[in-house]
Amino acid sequence: MSFPDIKKEWPNRINAVTMGATQEKGGTRTSLVTVGGETALPFLHSDGEIPHPPVIAMEIWDIAPTDWPPLLAEHFSDVWDDPGRWARKCVDEFGAELICLRLQGCDPDGANHTSDKAAAAVKTVLKAVGTPLIIWGCGNDDKDNEVLPACSQAAAGEQCLFGSITEKNYKTLVALCEADGHTLIAESPVDINIAKQVNILAADLGFDPANIVIYPSSGALGYGLEYVYSIMERGRMAGLGGDKMWAMPILCDIGKEVWKVKEAIADEELVPGWGPMRKRGPLWEVATACVYLQAGTDILIMRHPEAVKEVKKAIKEFMKK
Amino acid sequence: MIFIGERINAGFKDIVRAIKERDESIIKKWALKQAESGADYLDVNIGAASNKVDDFLWMVEATQNAVDNPISIDSYKINFVEEALKICKKPALINSTTAHDEKLNSVIPLALKYNASVIGVCMDEKGSPQDVNQRVELAAKIFTSAVEQNLPPQRLFLDPVIMPLKFMQEQGGNILEAIQQFKLLSDPPPHIVVGLSNISSQTQESKLINRIFLTMAVCAGLDAAICDVADEELVNSAITAEIILNKQIYSDSYIKAYRSARL
Repeated sequence: MSFPDIKKEWPNRINAVTMGATQEKGGTRTSLVTVGGETALPFLHSDGEIPHPPVIAMEIWDIAPTDWPPLLAEHFSDVWDDPGRWARKCVDEFGAELICLRLQGCDPDGANHTSDKAAAAVKTVLKAVGTPLIIWGCGNDDKDNEVLPACSQAAAGEQCLFGSITEKNYKTLVALCEADGHTLIAESPVDINIAKQVNILAADLGFDPANIVIYPSSGALGYGLEYVYSIMERGRMAGLGGDKMWAMPILCDIGKEVWKVKEAIADEELVPGWGPMRKRGPLWEVATACVYLQAGTDILIMRHPEAVKEVKKAIKEFMKK
Repeated sequence: MIFIGERINAGFKDIVRAIKERDESIIKKWALKQAESGADYLDVNIGAASNKVDDFLWMVEATQNAVDNPISIDSYKINFVEEALKICKKPALINSTTAHDEKLNSVIPLALKYNASVIGVCMDEKGSPQDVNQRVELAAKIFTSAVEQNLPPQRLFLDPVIMPLKFMQEQGGNILEAIQQFKLLSDPPPHIVVGLSNISSQTQESKLINRIFLTMAVCAGLDAAICDVADEELVNSAITAEIILNKQIYSDSYIKAYRSARL
């Protein structure tokens, strides 16, 4: 009995977004990363083109974290006082092709860095590594609107990916990215309709949708991952089917989600039967990542070096035709 | 939803005048208005205003000088169709063939040669179809001919033939049921199109009738219409019907999103 041909041709291509700019284009990056451009569902190579593999950004902060678990601290506590050294370790020792600089130091409930200090951190990382950069604010709207202009300026010409705009707070960052030539992360709270609306709001201000990456808010395995998966799947199908406001690459910020859940960080003495924490933690991050790869993510922000290594292997396997 | 703008048609007096006086500004005005409304194709129909192919080609050129939307070549004369296909800058829509063998075997090869799509109208030697079964039989005949000649389903538009409500009120239900059955012809199905304004020919409340019929037809499976694309409420109704049917993702600005994506 022959297997029915269930090949599906899609009428639209997902936008391709490039991060980084080399000297010819006015930047100082020594490598570029392009994501998106698919005309098929994740890894269904026989249905269409998947020109760019998903990529992993390793996460660093502009301040030493105080609440990262031991499994992460053992790799980064020697460098996390200096974002430049931290970025270099990620690139040189762990093979990171992208760095995500989270400006956690700007949190007004924490160190409350000034915009000068935030911009200085951006410049430090840009000088330390040649990979493209994702730059993410601290998550407080008012503070981000205050510090991101200087950061955007400091990175002008480098074509960084800046995060993030939301339905309630988008005008400042849209204007910055437009002015300084950056691409934009559009964030929504696990809501497919709001995800579309945020893109429309940015486009209404004249921002080119081709420079947007969608962040649907990605929970860890066991914490709502299935619902995020269903949004990503439905949204990606809409994009491939012709919905221009969902035809963007997708980003999943999973390191910060995974490394706060008990399944990743609880010692096996506290939870006998859960297996050794040393394996369980990175494995939780790997499993979360692989599920989102199947859902259509183009960018993963991750923390644990072993998890990064395993997911890179998985991506290589998935990209085999 | 695929919108085919109906206005550049010599059924309208100003278009007749434009042809006679070779006044490009009138064609330009309607081309621009329909393009701004988000038309996917602009239908060009010379009707009985002239039987000279040069006049028809002038209409097509005048439209293309104004906008770059693809053309729907609305003529039953095969030489008009072929000459127009030669000057179309983008893949055109041939409006139309019937289910007559002779027409199927002359129009579909032209579509293949010029990378065009085709509207297949469900009529044959016996005239207009009177019920659902006749419509489906004719649609199947057109579809089979297209498949045999290697025209892909996504380049075929089947028209179940709308009849005016005022004179054939019993046909409305037949048309809607026929649309549902056309969708079963293949997976994915060919497109299904209607010449919408025919439903409200000579009625009062014609805009309302057009709007409601279009919404009902979209629910039945229609995905294309030759219509007054500048009628905002009409287009918004079709867009909203598609949202309700989960064919497009809802967003608070869904109408704006849909319209701006087409411009």
